[in-house]
Amino acid sequence: MSTQPQSSLRSVSGAARTKAIAFRIAMLLCLMASALVLGLLIFDVLGDGLPKLNSALVSNFPSSQSARAGLQPALFGTIWIIGVCLVFIVPVGVATAVYLEEYADSSKWWNRLIEVNIQNLAAIPSIVYGILGLAFLVRGPVSLGRVVLAGGLTLGLLVLPVVIISGREAIRAVPPSIREGSMALGATQWQTIWKQVLPASIPGVATGVILALSRAIGETAPLIVVGAATFITFNPGGLVGDSAGFSALPIQIYSWISQPQDEFKQLAAAGIVLLLGVLVIMNGAAIYLRNRYENKW
Amino acid sequence: MEAASAPASTLEAPRTLVLGASRRRTGEALIRALLFCAALLSVLTTLGIVFSLSKETIAFFGDVGIGKFLTGTEWSPLFADPKFGVLPLVTGTLLLTAIALVVAIPLGLGTAIYLAEYAKPRTRKILKPMIELLAGVPTIVFGYFALTYFTPEVLNGLLGLDVPVFNALSGGIVMGFMVLPTVASISEDAMSAVPGSLREGAFGLGANKLQVSLRVVVPSALSGIVAGIVLGVSRAIGETMIVLIAAGQQPNLTFDPRESVETITTFIAATAKGDIASGSTAYKTIFAVGMTLFVMTLAMNAIAIRFVRRYRQVYE
Repeated sequence: MSTQPQSSLRSVSGAARTKAIAFRIAMLLCLMASALVLGLLIFDVLGDGLPKLNSALVSNFPSSQSARAGLQPALFGTIWIIGVCLVFIVPVGVATAVYLEEYADSSKWWNRLIEVNIQNLAAIPSIVYGILGLAFLVRGPVSLGRVVLAGGLTLGLLVLPVVIISGREAIRAVPPSIREGSMALGATQWQTIWKQVLPASIPGVATGVILALSRAIGETAPLIVVGAATFITFNPGGLVGDSAGFSALPIQIYSWISQPQDEFKQLAAAGIVLLLGVLVIMNGAAIYLRNRYENKW
Repeated sequence: MEAASAPASTLEAPRTLVLGASRRRTGEALIRALLFCAALLSVLTTLGIVFSLSKETIAFFGDVGIGKFLTGTEWSPLFADPKFGVLPLVTGTLLLTAIALVVAIPLGLGTAIYLAEYAKPRTRKILKPMIELLAGVPTIVFGYFALTYFTPEVLNGLLGLDVPVFNALSGGIVMGFMVLPTVASISEDAMSAVPGSLREGAFGLGANKLQVSLRVVVPSALSGIVAGIVLGVSRAIGETMIVLIAAGQQPNLTFDPRESVETITTFIAATAKGDIASGSTAYKTIFAVGMTLFVMTLAMNAIAIRFVRRYRQVYE
């Protein structure tokens, strides 16, 4: 649609055309700047971290000597926290999404309040969730202490909006005709949701859950506030109690970055390579799920 | 949403007349109530945040006095002679945010214009996920990059700037790239929502692509662009790890980007890291400062939501 008027302009003004080309190149450079930074970042991290990325990194415990330091407790801590997170966000997130899409009458003020509230929650800084976890879960009314359960629930609350929002989209994508057909055969509303709508929206929901978890894995600030330990010599032994103190991958990485010696920075880089590797696998799985099981109605 | 639930009620009415399945319907009501409780949890989360922040903040103002907090220019809450002026933290936060925006706004808008106006659908399909990839990088990784690569290699080496290891400039610029995907992706959505007829009208009057982009598409998508920028500001204000790692922790009332500064978020993280006693003034400061942060980001989000609504109303 654009070539015709442009070609007639060419004879009128060569300067305008040069300007247009310069502008196009400038816009492309803006885009390339992001690619450049991403490339440099990966290059920097791989260059620093690959030499230290070995089985000792995963099997050793933290140590004040860089040659013997590893991140086993942090890795186990992350697995525990993500487990808690998963068990929390799947039922609560899906239930909220089902309620908002299938039951809520959006002309009622309380339903609109819930919707606006979820939008707002998605934009609250992560460290504020850390404060919530500290005041409610670690101390205050629940007083769990600095344990796996407190860390997992804090991150769960943080990423819950991601699950709800993507869950709603997945449920909305199931066409009304499926529901009508089910109900015409005598199913109740819940039977329709449980046997037709939810199974059809599983790929979308699963994608949202994976993306939420991949955000949770990389979160550092709320865990610092909730009280993840930076130097810990045991793996978590439960959800609550004395043996449930925990570290996490990003916390261990942060602790190593804070050390002045270069050897610890290299350990941090190796930890980052590990973290990014896990994230790439998770995001790949999310993309695969979305493409493989996407329903075309 | 309404379309889905409306047939449910019309269909169920005659069925109960025939079957009178009352037991099943209590089950249905119970399930509905359970789902509502799950949805309510998100509201409780907000209430919990507001309640926990304001409870300790009020206690803090009993100890310190709100005037001293908001207008004081010195921040040293953990010293023997504590000073509780929040201004250095606020200026630190604003300085970092401003640097990030200087990077994120032009680059983000350029990216959005290229994707929305110039890129062919297939290139766009490849380039857009790449930008979103940047948004998925954990912020601690950006922090590491700012500290170990950007400050020594780019600022000291390439540009020859004489900046210390911890400085606002490096953290701010790298944070700009963290914020960029937010600005670019929301702006691009707004630009793509501008109807093709507006562009065709301008082309018909003899405008070229540059003029169409800058004088037709950008002004028409302005409210969406503003929303993207405001959300970017909100992300920059709330970012912790990049600043904690790369900008140091010096509460410094300055707008000099070469110096080390402390922001609201870094103070919270650094203070909470040490094991402080509940009820102590240091413990309460976390909440007072957190309240400041919460109010700032809430205001930003409210503005952003308003702008997003405006551009959706115009073209949909």
